[in-house]
Amino acid sequence: MNKLMGVVAAIALLAGGFYLGQARQPAPTVIKVPSEPKAAFTSSGAEEVAAAAVGPANVRSLHTPTSGELIVVNDGESIQAAVKAASPGAVIKVMPGTYKETVYIDKDNITLSGVIEQGRYPVLEGEGIRNDAVLYSGNGVTIENLYITHYKGNGIMGQAGNNFIIRNNFVVDTGVYGIFPQLGKNGIVSHNVVSGIEDAAIYVGMSENIDVVFNQVFESVAGIEIENSRHALVESNYVYNNTGGILAFVTPGLPIKTCGDVLIRNNFIVGNNHENFAIPGSLVSNIPQGTGVLVMACDDVVVEGNIITDNESVGIVFTDFSLASNTATDPDSEPNPNRPKILNNLMRDNGQNPAPAVRAVMAAMLETTGPDIVDTVGMDDGCILNPERFRTIGLGKYSECEFSTTANVASYTLPEPVPPRSLENVDKGKLAYYGVCAGCHAYASRMIGPPTQIIQALYMDNPQGIADYAANPVKKRPDYPEMPPQAHLDDETRLAAAQFMLQIKN
Amino acid sequence: MITVRHIVALLCACLGVWGSAAVGQDDFALSEDCPPGFELTSGHCELRSLYLMYTSLEGAGVGGLKTGLPVYRDGFSPQQIDLGRYLFFDPVLSADASVSCASCHNPDLGFSDARGRSVGITGDPLARSAPTLWNVAFLKSFFWDGRAASLEQQMLGPLYDAHEMGSSPEILLQTLNAIPTYRRLFAAAWPDEFASPESQIRLDQVYTAITAFQATLVSLNSRYDQYAHGYADALTEPEKEGLNVFRSFVARCAECHTPPLFTNQQIAVIGTPEPDGLPFDPGAQVPMAEPSQRGGFKVPSLRNIELTAPYMHSGKFATLREAAAFYTGGRGHAVPEGEELKIHWHIWEPDLTDQELDRLVDFLKTLTDESFKPRTPTLLPSGLQAVHNKPVETGITQTGVEHNE
Repeated sequence: MNKLMGVVAAIALLAGGFYLGQARQPAPTVIKVPSEPKAAFTSSGAEEVAAAAVGPANVRSLHTPTSGELIVVNDGESIQAAVKAASPGAVIKVMPGTYKETVYIDKDNITLSGVIEQGRYPVLEGEGIRNDAVLYSGNGVTIENLYITHYKGNGIMGQAGNNFIIRNNFVVDTGVYGIFPQLGKNGIVSHNVVSGIEDAAIYVGMSENIDVVFNQVFESVAGIEIENSRHALVESNYVYNNTGGILAFVTPGLPIKTCGDVLIRNNFIVGNNHENFAIPGSLVSNIPQGTGVLVMACDDVVVEGNIITDNESVGIVFTDFSLASNTATDPDSEPNPNRPKILNNLMRDNGQNPAPAVRAVMAAMLETTGPDIVDTVGMDDGCILNPERFRTIGLGKYSECEFSTTANVASYTLPEPVPPRSLENVDKGKLAYYGVCAGCHAYASRMIGPPTQIIQALYMDNPQGIADYAANPVKKRPDYPEMPPQAHLDDETRLAAAQFMLQIKN
Repeated sequence: MITVRHIVALLCACLGVWGSAAVGQDDFALSEDCPPGFELTSGHCELRSLYLMYTSLEGAGVGGLKTGLPVYRDGFSPQQIDLGRYLFFDPVLSADASVSCASCHNPDLGFSDARGRSVGITGDPLARSAPTLWNVAFLKSFFWDGRAASLEQQMLGPLYDAHEMGSSPEILLQTLNAIPTYRRLFAAAWPDEFASPESQIRLDQVYTAITAFQATLVSLNSRYDQYAHGYADALTEPEKEGLNVFRSFVARCAECHTPPLFTNQQIAVIGTPEPDGLPFDPGAQVPMAEPSQRGGFKVPSLRNIELTAPYMHSGKFATLREAAAFYTGGRGHAVPEGEELKIHWHIWEPDLTDQELDRLVDFLKTLTDESFKPRTPTLLPSGLQAVHNKPVETGITQTGVEHNE
C-alpha cells in the first residue's frame, strides 16, 4: 500500500510541477464560431479499414463461417466433448444448465453459443477451483450467450486466435480478467456484462483491429483495458464503479512494444470509485481509486464524446511509466503518451474526493478537488477542443485539434476475416517434406530411412501410395528401423509432401 | 590434472605437424547437402517448417498454436554449416585443447551439460549454467543476462574467457592456420576468399561457420507441434490438461514462455534462488546498467527442457517438478533478505495443486524433439579426439538416436 501511495504522490508531484509552472489564472474564454469545417480524422487504422472497403451497411459484419454441422449440449453433458467432436464450421448450442468444466477450443471456425430459455442461461461454474472457463487458440471463434462465474483465472481467454467474436455473455465474479483476447487480429467484444474482476473486466492484450462496444463493466479494478495494441475502438460502453474506468496502456516488458491508434468514444465513464482490490504487484494495483480514463504511454489515443462524471480522483489522465514504478524498466518501450487528442467530452463532478495522496498534493496547490484532465508528462504534441470548459493540469502545450470528430471511423474491425496463414509462396508439401520428412530421408544418402531417390523409383507416379503408407507404415526393410506413423499430418498435407518428394531433384 | 593439461598444451603447440600427420587430408570433405529442415536454394540452406504457413502479430513470433516464427537466421551454405560442425566439436578451439563448444553444449545432453554451473578449462564452476542451443536461430539476444545481440557476438564470450575456453583471437588464428586440413576446409567453405595459396583463415569466417552450424539446431517437431498443427490425438488427456494449466491465467506460464518458441525473449525478474552458498546474481542489471533489472534473466525457451536439468540460471532446481513448483511458492518467497527486486507482475500466488504441477510436467515433456540432432564427427580436422562425452558427475538420461549420417 505504501508503494501505491508513493506512486500516486509521484504522479501528483509531476502534475503539480506543470501546474505550478503555469499561470494560475485560466485564460479568458474566447467565443468562437467555426468559419470553415475541420479536417477529416485520419489514422493508420482508418486507412486499413477504408482499404478493406467497409461501408456503413456492413459495420462489424465479421462472422464465424458455419458448415451446417450442429451439436447440441444438454445439461449434464460436457461442452468439451462437443468441441472435441466438432469439425471446423460446427455450431455448438449449449442448453440452459450448469456446466462445471474448462472449455478449450483449438480448432478453427467454431461457434459456441448458449441457448437462452425464459431468461435461463447455460452457466459455466468454476466453483472457485477451476482456472479458466473458455480458452481458445483457433481462428474464427464465436463465444456467445454464456453465464460464466467463479473461475480463478479468466472468463474467456484467447491466445492468438484471429477473427473472434465474444458477445452477449455475463461474466460475474471471475478471477483476473473477465474477457481477455490476446495476440489476435480482427475481433469484436460486444454486449457483455462483466463485474467483480480483480484486474480488467475486458482486457485486450497485444492485439490489432479490435472493437470493444456496448459492454457494461462494473465493480472491477479496471473496466476496459487496451494494452500494447493498435487500432482499437472502445465505444458506447457503460463503465461504472470500477477503480479505473477505461485504460490504454503500454505495459513495459512485453514482446510487442507499442500501443496506439485507440479511440475511446461515446462511453459512459461514471463514478469509478471502487476500492482498489488488485493483486499485489499487478500494474493495475497502481491505479488511484476514482480514475475515469487512464492513458499510459499509449500513442494517438483519441478521447471523444464520452460522458465522464463523478470519478472522485480525476477524469482523464495521460501519463508515462512513472505510474508503473513497481515494474522493471524496459529500454525498448517508449514511455510517452504521444499525440494525445481530447475532443468534446462531457465532464462534471470529477475529482470531488481525490485519493489521499492526490488530495495532499492538491492541497499544496490550495485546491481540494482533482482535475478533469491531467497530463503528467506535459506533452507538446497533444490537442484539445474547447479546453476552457475543463479544469486541466499539464495541457499548456496542447494545441487546438485539427479535426472535431472521428465519426468517419465506424469500426476498426475488418469486414472479411484476416487469412489465418500467409498463403503467398507457401508450398505445404515442400514445408512438410523438408520440415518433417527430411529428419529421416535425405535425397541421395542413407539416414534413418531410405534415400528419397529410392522412394522415387518405387512410387514413381503414385504419391497417394506414399501418403497412405506414411500414415500407417509397416516394417519393410530388414536393414532399416520401422517408420513411425505420420498420421499427425492431415491427408492433404501428407499427399502434398509425397508429391513434392517425388519431384525433387536433389 | 595439471600435468595432463600441460601435455595437451604441448601437443597443441605443434598441432600443425601432429594434426596433419595423424589424420589424412582426404578424410575430410564438407557436406554439399543442407541439414534436415533446410532446402538448398542457390547454394544457401533456407529453413523449412510447417510454422512458415502461419503469421504472427507484428512478426513478433509470439501467440498460440498456429502462430508464425520470429525473425531467424538461415541462408548459410552447406559447406559453412558443416565446417561449423567440425569447429563446434573440436577442442582445438580452447587454449589447452581440453574443452570444445560441445563440452558445455553437448548434443547428447540437450545441447547443455547437465550441470548447474558449467565448467571450463580451469575445472572450476562458472557463474551460470549453459543454455541449450536448440532453436538459437530464432533468438535475438544471448546469455542469461541478454548481453549479446548475435551468435557471433555471443561466442566471443566462451572462446576468450580465461575460465571457459581460454583462447585469444591470436592463438585461435595461429592454431587454425597451422592445421592444413582446416585451411583446406575453410577454402572449401569460402572458395572466393581463398584464391591465393597464401590466404589465411580469418576470425569472421570462424564465427560465421560456428553460427551457421548453431542456426541449424532446429527443434519444431515435438508432439506438441503435431497438436498445434491440428492433430488432436498427439497429446494424451493428462498432457492436454497440462497444456491448459500452462496457458491458463492462473499458472500464466504461457504469458512469458509463449508459443511457438515457448519464450517471449524478454528479460524478467522472477526472484529465483541461487544454490546454497552462492551470492545473489544481479543478472541483467549489469549489462543494462539498470537497477530495476536487478535479478533479471532472459526467459528461456522451454523446448527440449526435459533434456536440460538442472534448471534456472545457476541450476538451483534438479527437476522440472521443482522448477514448476517455484512459481507457486508465492511472490518473492525466495528473494534474499535485503534485496528489493521489481518482481514481474505475472509472478503471484496461483496456488497450483500437486496434481496441476504434475500435469504441467507432463505437458513440458511433450516439447521434446531431437529429430534433427546433428551427427557428432568421429574424426576432427585437428586430429584431436572429441572431449564432450567425458563422463560427467550428474548425468541425465540420454534420449534420441544420432542420425544425419
